[in-house]
Formats: sequence, structure tokens, C-alpha cells
Amino acid sequence: MTTIFGVPAAALYGQLLIGLINGSFYALLSLGLAVIFGMLRVINFAHGAQYMLGAFGAWMLLTYAGVGFWAALVISPIMVAAFSALLERFLIRRTYKLDHLYGLLLTFGIALIVEGAFRHVYGSSGNPYMTPPALAGVIDLGFMMLPKYRGFVIIASLAVCLAVWFLVERTQFGAYLRAATENPRLVQVFGINVPLLLTLTYALGAGLAGLAGVLAAPMYQVSPLMGQNLIIVVFAVVVIGGMGSIIGAVITGYMLGVIEGLTRVFYPEASATVVFVVMAIVLLLRPTGLFGRA
Amino acid sequence: MPEDTKPALLVQGLRAWYGESQALHGIDLEVRRGETVALLGRNGAGKTTTLKAILGLMSRREGRIEVRGTDITRLPLHGIARTGLGYVPEERGIFSELSVAENLALPPVVLPGGWSMEEIFDLFPNLKERLNSPGTKLSGGEQQMLAMARILRTGADILLLDEPTEGLAPVIIDRIGAAIRALKARGMTVVLVEQNFRFAQKVADRYYIIENGKVRDHFGTDELASRQQALGEILGV
Repeated sequence: MTTIFGVPAAALYGQLLIGLINGSFYALLSLGLAVIFGMLRVINFAHGAQYMLGAFGAWMLLTYAGVGFWAALVISPIMVAAFSALLERFLIRRTYKLDHLYGLLLTFGIALIVEGAFRHVYGSSGNPYMTPPALAGVIDLGFMMLPKYRGFVIIASLAVCLAVWFLVERTQFGAYLRAATENPRLVQVFGINVPLLLTLTYALGAGLAGLAGVLAAPMYQVSPLMGQNLIIVVFAVVVIGGMGSIIGAVITGYMLGVIEGLTRVFYPEASATVVFVVMAIVLLLRPTGLFGRA
Repeated sequence: MPEDTKPALLVQGLRAWYGESQALHGIDLEVRRGETVALLGRNGAGKTTTLKAILGLMSRREGRIEVRGTDITRLPLHGIARTGLGYVPEERGIFSELSVAENLALPPVVLPGGWSMEEIFDLFPNLKERLNSPGTKLSGGEQQMLAMARILRTGADILLLDEPTEGLAPVIIDRIGAAIRALKARGMTVVLVEQNFRFAQKVADRYYIIENGKVRDHFGTDELASRQQALGEILGV
């Protein structure tokens, strides 16, 4: 049996794979949070609930309408985005002129209401969601067996992160967003409907959470509580990466997923807390985060 | 009155507030098409506030503002640009997150007749060489040119320029002056806020003296000689 640093190679590759998969979710979710905080200056505590809504959307589409995974991958995030656009337009917008704390409290309250409602209807235990047949099975990579669906999650997450980076950094829409972050009034005087832009930005961030939820559905139980545990880690990822830094959120997401996976191999007792230890160290040495700006 | 005979910009009884503090106490302005009007006055007189109030950037305003005969006071902030009003703020408003090219392309085209990129680079050749630089890595003069150039692209034909020569070297001021004369030659209407009276003299057709949030006097270039004493008292020229 081959060992690497005293650990069986199969175990190491297995945990690295789990780390990359977790990192894919961290990256997608923290990307959405970074977009929302970077552009709207809202600390979106409803993000975990939006992730849960994405997963439940896929499950409900399948259960009640017979709509399968591939269509749900498009429809469910759009539904989450549309619902979130209404939240921004009628509720969250009212907190922009107030201290950040009010946005945090409001979105936290929204999360409690949404998760509570789903728990009331569906209970706390999870509902299974089948892996799509086209992605069932494994691929033999030689040094390990890679479940096809997990490979798909990693690739899909990378593709989406790249697409969002392109949208923000290389398109006119992204230029409007970046300018509106600096000087929203001047951008409005130029003729750009900034309030609508902010609504769309919040919807985009929420849609990314919803997409992560759909991707998670075949892997984890679809439950009203599935966002709660994940969101705390995701906030730590965003803080480490630098609040509002899109590239920071993505790189840090994947990096911390891998660090968590490796910790599980070499020092399993610390795997649940290693992200927060990293966060504490980074904040001490570089308070704005690895990629943040003062 | 047919639209083409109406003033480009008409302001009547404009009052405006910063929070609870009233800054304008009834400004009346008339700017005809193709004119360059200078708003002169000491620091704190209300010149920049007048421009901001026209655009709807104040917390509260009252009065009538018409662009080519159409009341614009009920328009949302993002609707102002479509009336043809273009704004170059005092601090220039160059976005640090955007390159020069992105800053130039940011304001959408709102009316036909916007300047082409070739025409803009003819007027401001420096910008062509700096397209990929971050917006704020430009010198003060280049930032001023960029702030003007991005509005010219949009088709706006009534330009509100706030202190375009502030902090600039004389040779750059001359180039800004040449740029404004080129705008005039194209028939553009310009409202210019300036403390630099000598610069305003080179480009303006008419002057409004603003003092304590009101219009103290207004006159054309043919009446400058008879206004020297008043100008001396207010502006120290």
C-alpha cells in the first residue's frame, strides 16, 4: 500500500477530493456573499437560507412537477434570484442608509423566517434527491476512483466562478457595478438606474447560493437546516479572502476546502475548527483579508 | 413657443437644502442654446450647489427647472441624463476601480450626436495613450479631460462643468479652454462654475454672479467693463 507522509495514498486522495468538493461550495457561496457585500455593503445572513431554497427548489420541482436535475439547475436558482430580488426591493433596500448592523439583522431575520417556514412544513429531517443518471458511477483516474457527480460539481463550480469574474471584471454590467460601488449618485446622474442595478446584484448573489444548493441536493440531504451549518464557515472564508473581494472569495474557498480536507487526514480533531484558526491568524496579520483592500 | 426657441436651460426660483440647512434662496438662470454661461462667486456662494440642485443631487429642492421647455424636477435621478444634461463634477469623479477606457465608456449614450472616439482623441490626444491605465493614475489635467470626454460620448449637449481648471497648471488650463471653445464651435451649451475669472472671461458669453445662494447680478461680455467694480468687490479681480 502506497503511503504519502505516512498516510495511505487512497485516504489522502479521498480527503483531497472531499476538500475540493467542499471548497467548490465554499467558493460558490462566498462568491455570492462577496458580490453582495462588495456592491451593496450588505452582510447577507440570508445566504444560507437562499442555498437551502435552491436545494429545496430542485427537490420540489422533481417531487411535484417531475422536473429533473438539469432543468432544475437553471430554474431553481432563477426562482431563488427572483424571490431575493423582491426581498431587496421591498425590505433590504430600506437599510442602505443605516448602519451595516441593520442589514445584517434584517437578513438574519429573513433567514429565520424562511428556514422556520420550511421546517414547519417539511420537518427537520432531510429529503433525498437522486443523482442524475448521466452523472452516476465513477471514473477511474488510476490513482483513485472519482465519482462522476463530484467531478461535475468541481468543474461546474469553477466554470460559474470564472463566469461571474468575467461578468464583473470584463463586461459593461460589471463596470456599472464597480463604478456604482464607488459613487452611486454620480453613476445615476450618468443615466444608469442604480437602484435596479443593486436589485439585480443581490439577485445574482442569491442565485449563486441557490445554484450551490441545487448542486448540493444529490450529495446531501435536502433539509431546512442545511444552510445553517455551512454559512458560518462561508462567512469565515469571505473574511479570510477579504470582504468584497471576488477573486479572494473564490481562491480562499477552494484553498480552505483543501486545508480542511488535509486537516481531516493528519489531525482530524481540528478539522471542524481549522477554518476559524486560519481566520484568526489572517486577521491578526492582515486585517483586510488576503485579497482585501484597506 | 416651439421647442427650438426655448432656452436650453431655464431655472426659476430654485431653493435647495443640505439637510436642514438652506443653501440656495431662489436662483433664476436662463441659458440659451449654444451659449456658455459662467457662474461666478466666492467660495461657499452656492455655485456648485446650483449645479447639484439642477441635477437633483440635493437632499431637498424647490423651484422650476426646464430643459428645452420640459420640466425635469419630477424625473428620477437616472432620468436626468436623457434630457441632454451632462455633468463634470468638481472632483472629476474618475472611478479608481475602472481603467481609462472603462471610465470613458461608462456613461451610456443618451442622445444621438455624441462625439466619436476619433473626435474625442483629436481633442484630448493624451487619453488615447492611457486607455489601459487605471483611471486614477492620470494627472489632474488628464483626469479633467477624461471627465469631459466621457460626457461628450453620450450625446449630452448641455454641459455642467464644475471648476474645470481647479488645481491645474496654466498650460493644462489653456487646453481645457481650447476644449471648451471647441465645444462651443459644435453648438454645445455650457454652464461653467469657475472661481478663475480670467479663464471664464476667455470662454463665457454671459455671467451670473452668485452670492449667498442668490443671483446678485447677470450680464453679457459687452457689459463687463461697466461691472469691473462689482467684480472687484466680489471676486477680488
